[in-house]
Amino acid sequence: MTDTSQELSDGAELVLSLRGISKNFGAVSALTEINLDVHAGEVVALVGDNGAGKSTLVKILAGVHQPSSGSVTFRGKPVTLADPSAALRLGIATVFQDLALCENLDVVANIFLGRELSPLRLDEVSMEVKAWTLLNELSARLPSVREPVASLSGGQRQTVAIARSLLLEPKLILLDEPTAALGVAQTAEVLDLIERVRDRGLGVIMVSHNMEDVRAVADRIVVLRLGRNNGVFEPDASNQDLVSAITGAANNSVSRRVTRRQAQSDQAPTPEARR
Amino acid sequence: MTKSVERDPAVAAMLDRRDERVRHAQGIGGVIRSFLDRVRSGDLGSLPVVIGLVIIWTVFQTLNPVFLAPNNLVNLLFDSSTVGVMALGIVCILTVGEIDLSVGSVSGFASALVGVLWVNQGWPLALAILAALAFGTVIGAGYAFLFNRFGMPSFVSTLAGLLSILGLQLYLLGSTGSINLPYDSPLVNFGQLLVMPAVVAYVLAAVPGIALLVLEYRTANRRREAGLSSDFFGRLLLRAVVVTVILEAIVYYLNLDRGIPWMFGLFVGLVLAMNYALTRTKWGRSMTAVGGNREAARRAGINVHYIYATAFMLCSALAAVGGILSAARLASASQQAGAGDVNLNAIAAAVIGGTSLFGGRGSAYSALLGIIVIQSIASGLTLLDLSSSLRYMITGAVLAIAVIVDSLARRSRVSHGRA
Repeated sequence: MTDTSQELSDGAELVLSLRGISKNFGAVSALTEINLDVHAGEVVALVGDNGAGKSTLVKILAGVHQPSSGSVTFRGKPVTLADPSAALRLGIATVFQDLALCENLDVVANIFLGRELSPLRLDEVSMEVKAWTLLNELSARLPSVREPVASLSGGQRQTVAIARSLLLEPKLILLDEPTAALGVAQTAEVLDLIERVRDRGLGVIMVSHNMEDVRAVADRIVVLRLGRNNGVFEPDASNQDLVSAITGAANNSVSRRVTRRQAQSDQAPTPEARR
Repeated sequence: MTKSVERDPAVAAMLDRRDERVRHAQGIGGVIRSFLDRVRSGDLGSLPVVIGLVIIWTVFQTLNPVFLAPNNLVNLLFDSSTVGVMALGIVCILTVGEIDLSVGSVSGFASALVGVLWVNQGWPLALAILAALAFGTVIGAGYAFLFNRFGMPSFVSTLAGLLSILGLQLYLLGSTGSINLPYDSPLVNFGQLLVMPAVVAYVLAAVPGIALLVLEYRTANRRREAGLSSDFFGRLLLRAVVVTVILEAIVYYLNLDRGIPWMFGLFVGLVLAMNYALTRTKWGRSMTAVGGNREAARRAGINVHYIYATAFMLCSALAAVGGILSAARLASASQQAGAGDVNLNAIAAAVIGGTSLFGGRGSAYSALLGIIVIQSIASGLTLLDLSSSLRYMITGAVLAIAVIVDSLARRSRVSHGRA
């Protein structure tokens, strides 16, 4: 439960700092007094159970929702994220879980949506070249960038969404469940990509349910539970600790299940127990 | 194990041809094959409306040989221009996935306003027209305010607008009920008589082909330099030649009679301008994005409220233009102007032309194609001396067919992953 951010930072620039962020939807407190720090060149994983407030926090940072109270400091200056374009202008790029792509537009149009080159006479050639450059950096395999996004698979759409977020060379990237819809190879590619993004000195916030992915790439793991901070862990923290922080108790359905399995396998080692 | 396919290294080096799994159309045969693939998967474009037009024209021509005579077609172009401009506004509003049911009323009021200000009050004509345009824009801004501020569905707000503006029109025209516009005025001449001189028409008809060739050739060169695949010159030339031949043939045929009306020229000019705005500008891209996925557009930083406002205002302003043109065509501003089927004809034209009612798919050309279908039906039935009751029924049936085709094509696009 210790705040390890100080040791990890090593004097790297503090990109984002949240203090006392709360968000109420009517009578429901989705977030209560959230504190969060992200440094340049650091991947912070945001984990928590369903309803822990991960997506709400991401939406606040993306400017989709406004916090009910609390302060956001971005690169040393207090800021208000009044709308998505304000967040984009500051340098906070977001890849939403639902990807927020326009299925009726093609890949190039989606990547450049809202920031087209030469607004009065769209420069399709330059946009297409830049789109391919971004996609090739992600070693993406797209058949064509001139097909509507509706014709792409889930993984391909994720790639398009991440490519889009990199277009503005942001300082901070928010990834909401980036690997949820991906196959094995594409997950690895996205994790590679996240590391590449981090090595370029960007701050990365990654929301995920997949502990394996989180451990593989995160520098710090921040646990939310029922809208509150519930501990910060290093990637080598034990699964037990993480799960109990996420679910809020040592005695929970996950740990009970593990104990039961353990007991079974102790009695009679079966092939399935090896899992 | 894996069968390696011989690939042209020059092709493989292109930025957009690296993925060897994708078949790319090569040569004329490939172009035709990819067109057929597209149609089969439900990406119909303007194919249904062209087929529909051929059927309609064939039927009416066999029933009455006057139908395709140049004289009748010139009249058809005069009539198409008025409602066509309104249909262009409808294309605009359908692109963002909303609807304006009041274009008829707005057009009727605009014509009444021009009549009252110009004929009765003695304002200069240009000022009266500007006032009508300003009125249309303000009405659109009002719908946009109701929509953006209160989330009032456009279906309801424009339905309320339909009634109130119709009331306003009746109030403005008062007891007289109708104002005759002077026959020798430039406005009425424009709406009834003025046609392009033959030479001008031929020259204008040659412009699209040449522009197409030059612009696409430049684009192809830029793509090649940037390492992208590009169309080969023969294909560009073929397309330009086909377009030019078709347009020149149309001009030649219409020149056998009076020629191309300037009013139709204005309509086509507006269509071309709208097409450019919708496909080649950031605004147009934002319109399509808002119609496809409003939330995604908002998160991309697009000012969604502004986009809706421009769509509503443009639609009402174009409805006002249509109203002024129909006043010019009829040489009067009456209580009947904009009433009856004007409203639905404008919406039907946009939908028949291929603009989706579901938003996010539309083209300015659909207004042009759609209104020609609608006017062909109206003109053909008038020539056959059929009553308006039948005309309504048949136009309604055509609209129903168009919407069915749209829905089926949409379903097919979804299942082929092209929605």
